Amino acid sequence: KKFLFSSPRMATGTQDKQYNPTLLSFFIYNPKFGPKEGEEEKKILFYHPNEVEKNEKIRNVGLCEAIVQFTRTFCPTKPAKSLHTQKNRQFFHEPEENFWMVMVVRNPMIEKSNKDGKPLVEYQEEEILDTVYNAVLQQCYSMYRLFNGSFAQALETGGVELLKQRLEKFFYRYLQTLHLKSCDLLDVFGGISFFPLDKMTYLKIQSFVNKVEENLDLVKYTSLIFGSKDVLRSGLEQDDMRILYKYLTTSLFPRHTEPELAGRDSPMRTEMSGNLQHYGRFLTGPSNPNDPEAKCRFPKIFVNTEEELHLIVYKAMSAAVCFMVDASLELTRDFCVKLNKLVGPHLTVLASDICEQYNINKRLSGPEKEPQFKYIYFNHMNLAEKSTIHMRKTASISLTSVHPDLMKILGDINSDFSRVDDDEEIIVKAMSDYWVVGKKSDQRELYVILNQKNANLIEVNEEVKKLCATQFSNIFFLD
Amino acid sequence: SAMEEDYYLELSDGPVQFEKASSVNNVFFDEANKQVFAVRSGGATGVVVKGPDDKNPISFRMDDKGEVKCIKFSFGNKILAVQRNSKSVDFLNFLPDLLHLEYSQECKAKNGNILGFCWTSSNEIVFITDQGIEFYQVLPDKRSLKLQKSQNINVNWYMYCPERLVILLSTTVLGNVLQPFTFKSGTMSKMNKFEIELPIAPKPAKVPLSERDIAMATIYGQLYILYLKHHLRAPSSTGSEVVLYYLPREGLCKKLHILKLSRIGKFALNVVDNLVVVHHQDTETSLIFDIHLRGECDGTVTLHQPVLPAQSIQPYQLPQAGPAAVTTQSPVLCKLYSSSWSVFQPDIIISASEGFLWYLQVKLQPVVNLLQDKGRLMDFLLQRRDCKMVILFVCSQMLNGAERSPLPVVAVVFDKLNHEYKKYLEEEHTYTLAMEAGPSRSNPVQKRPIRTQAVIDQSDMYTHVLSVFTEKKDVPHKFTVAVLMEYIRSLNQFQIPVQHYLYELVIKTLVQHNLFYMLHQFLQYHVLSDSKPLACLLLSLESSYPPAHQLSLDMLKRLSTANDEIVEVLLSKHQVLGALRFIRSVGGHDNVSARKFLDAAKQTGDEMLFYTIFKFFEQRNQRLRGNPSFTPGEHCEEHVAFFKNVFGEHALMRPTAF
Repeated sequence: KKFLFSSPRMATGTQDKQYNPTLLSFFIYNPKFGPKEGEEEKKILFYHPNEVEKNEKIRNVGLCEAIVQFTRTFCPTKPAKSLHTQKNRQFFHEPEENFWMVMVVRNPMIEKSNKDGKPLVEYQEEEILDTVYNAVLQQCYSMYRLFNGSFAQALETGGVELLKQRLEKFFYRYLQTLHLKSCDLLDVFGGISFFPLDKMTYLKIQSFVNKVEENLDLVKYTSLIFGSKDVLRSGLEQDDMRILYKYLTTSLFPRHTEPELAGRDSPMRTEMSGNLQHYGRFLTGPSNPNDPEAKCRFPKIFVNTEEELHLIVYKAMSAAVCFMVDASLELTRDFCVKLNKLVGPHLTVLASDICEQYNINKRLSGPEKEPQFKYIYFNHMNLAEKSTIHMRKTASISLTSVHPDLMKILGDINSDFSRVDDDEEIIVKAMSDYWVVGKKSDQRELYVILNQKNANLIEVNEEVKKLCATQFSNIFFLD
Repeated sequence: SAMEEDYYLELSDGPVQFEKASSVNNVFFDEANKQVFAVRSGGATGVVVKGPDDKNPISFRMDDKGEVKCIKFSFGNKILAVQRNSKSVDFLNFLPDLLHLEYSQECKAKNGNILGFCWTSSNEIVFITDQGIEFYQVLPDKRSLKLQKSQNINVNWYMYCPERLVILLSTTVLGNVLQPFTFKSGTMSKMNKFEIELPIAPKPAKVPLSERDIAMATIYGQLYILYLKHHLRAPSSTGSEVVLYYLPREGLCKKLHILKLSRIGKFALNVVDNLVVVHHQDTETSLIFDIHLRGECDGTVTLHQPVLPAQSIQPYQLPQAGPAAVTTQSPVLCKLYSSSWSVFQPDIIISASEGFLWYLQVKLQPVVNLLQDKGRLMDFLLQRRDCKMVILFVCSQMLNGAERSPLPVVAVVFDKLNHEYKKYLEEEHTYTLAMEAGPSRSNPVQKRPIRTQAVIDQSDMYTHVLSVFTEKKDVPHKFTVAVLMEYIRSLNQFQIPVQHYLYELVIKTLVQHNLFYMLHQFLQYHVLSDSKPLACLLLSLESSYPPAHQLSLDMLKRLSTANDEIVEVLLSKHQVLGALRFIRSVGGHDNVSARKFLDAAKQTGDEMLFYTIFKFFEQRNQRLRGNPSFTPGEHCEEHVAFFKNVFGEHALMRPTAF
């Protein structure tokens, strides 16, 4: 049976033109930097698009300031996070004291032609979700901070000029990679997909990481990712891992795509024993460490608030390892050669082991049947996320297999959940054939989309219970 | 110049002492009973028999009927056999109620000369003559012997392995065709003969095989013929070697091992604790070889180098004879590797001129520092009899201090230990299964597997190594954790179930160093197996690591036998409704204590919650007993009163009257 959703909006006529939400402007300011009249421009640290006329910039910043100030009078600790207007929506975020980030998104719209054939624009003000875009805005900050450290740090090091430079350099490129249209609930969670491992393979990998860290004692933290899924990490805090994971899976890895090898068929197993042939290579740093001219420069990242590190990403087949080394230490070519020699062969073997085990598990679990339901699972406790709704998620495209309207319902349920602490369950009858169920139990959230014609509430409830019993039998989920 | 801790061979304390050999005192050694005979004046002035320890010597006199050539007791000291000439052997009963008078047996071979004799039981004896072998039963009550079997064959010399009841005869001109016989309760069987490859000698002729160059010993449970193959003094000489021929009970003898001595000269062989010890008189040192250690193999024969550098036996002080001598004389050092030493299999050294019998022993502690390669060291130690404490010492040593071993070495050592441990567990398991099934034709009664000292289990590792190691403050915690992980990995690799106390140690260590993310991963990948104690331990960590709460609940859920615990956890978190929903989902809500839930609901101070819970139990009462009220046994009076007080009497459910 095929799992198809028919969209009611498809029926509104083919001449109608649909416009996705787009980024109108994005700016960062600090009201303390130009408190006097006539000095307002000093408040602005970054403004996109830069072409906007100065006075308009100042006006827009001033407006935001006023809104925040105004809403503060109602709730001093929680000023406004967003402003809804017919044409657009503004999001406010204060990541560091007095530093404000503002993102203005134009609402999606439909262009219809009226009876006279004249175009008529209809804004869909309620189609975008605050939670999703607030999360996107926060991600912007986290990503900046991962590579640049905090705003305050830049100020301390080089004053406003340096901060402006860094913001310009970072956001100029970063904003181009924002694809607002494909942002959804997963951006709210900012979760991490975990690779399903058996304990022996995990222990082998952990043992490998321990040995590498012992041998390359410069390495402070290590993290291993297999096929864009988190496997293991040593030392990095969860919040740092979350943003690093986001960077790797949506930016770095997609830039280095290659035909991934399936462990079983890989040709290198037989050649391994003799000379140490391997598939390891640097994704950051030197493309060939054996080249005497190779430059061994690695991107720097900031974790644990103040800690500055070199980020070495090394990959063999589907397994990528991030080694993090104190940024004050210089990484020589010798180090890279040593790492390549040490890690390459082992990682190649490990990667094919993991792959093999994964294939075995897959074969054991039998052929995949097209299920009657799709779901998103998220655990706030360890950021574990799992989605059978998303086929692929990268920075540029998010392929979901369900209609955006259903995604919106999921987002709405999530917003409801975030308002209360208690466990909750929400069941929504959406459109003709779909039921959407949201469950919240302690730290976990589960969203299920069921495609069952004529099912009633009790049957839907039973279906979800069954789903929990089969897919989540090993965790504690309240019924 | 060697330090005491470098000597890895020593002579046993408390040697067997006997009267030293002299013109009036002849000394004989019987390898079968390990007895030393001191025969004074042909026995007329006394025979003293000692061994195998220095206790309970046997003394007697016998008539001097000429010079004694050989003297041995049968097994159990029942009958004494004495050879005084080359034609016959004399016998003397040592059994109670039997006549203490000598009787004699001539060899059957005409013109044959008796080379010697061997007892193969308490009343069976074999004569070896230069013309063959004769197997007799001794009838002590009739004071006569009965020939059981004999075989004609030209014999140069013979050798006896009492442990295996195998006699080896040297035949042919060069003496290098060896014919073994084996004996078992009244039967004598011929085994396959085999040829020793003599060294390719230039002119003049080949030197015949000497009995001095052959030994027989059991090594790792198998009988070997050890052949000392001398190399001539030549610049190209690679040195002498010992060639080991494996002699199976049935089938052909096979040349399996070559021990490279890298020196020439006079040698003597012992076998101690399955090690071949080669004594070299010229340098007064010994070499040890272990055929179970990996050597260079060409497919059939394995070449072995000495396990350790050559070393002398540890210097030895002779015990002083007589009580008066102790205080006055300074201790006398024993002359080691003396030409008056006689070496017997497997581990005996006798100095007839000084009157001592020693057992040669291997000291394991010095080996620890002499063998740098820890993997090889473990392979060596695991094969030794008294290895446990030394192995545990090595484990502690490799984890501590500045000379601690890198992780790959630690991993190799753990794997070796657990390989041995797993082998034993499997044997135990097979034995248990066989015992449960009972003996049958296809499944004969099995011997209980012996637990050797090489079985180092989790409790040993925990007590002697890991618990101490994790307490060390000077070890970087990364290493501490990595070592524990490595041990758990190794156990898992050998599919050995990990004991709870190890998990506790791991968790304690991780918590101590704030490595919660690692603890989390361990649980996520089920490295730590689910158990109630572990779940409780996790619960106790909640204050320092909040996610432990969820991890613990998940574990309790998976155990599926911990529903009561889950209810307790939820109630303690004031999740009264959640607790009730949970117990209902597993079908236990008819049996839970109403009072417990009402207590918890009341504590929350949430009156509507209390109301809900109260109503639930009223309905339960109604359903189970047809009446909504609580029975006195439930002790809910206080809650009923509270309910009435808050919601009014009318809010109580009324009993349905039918």
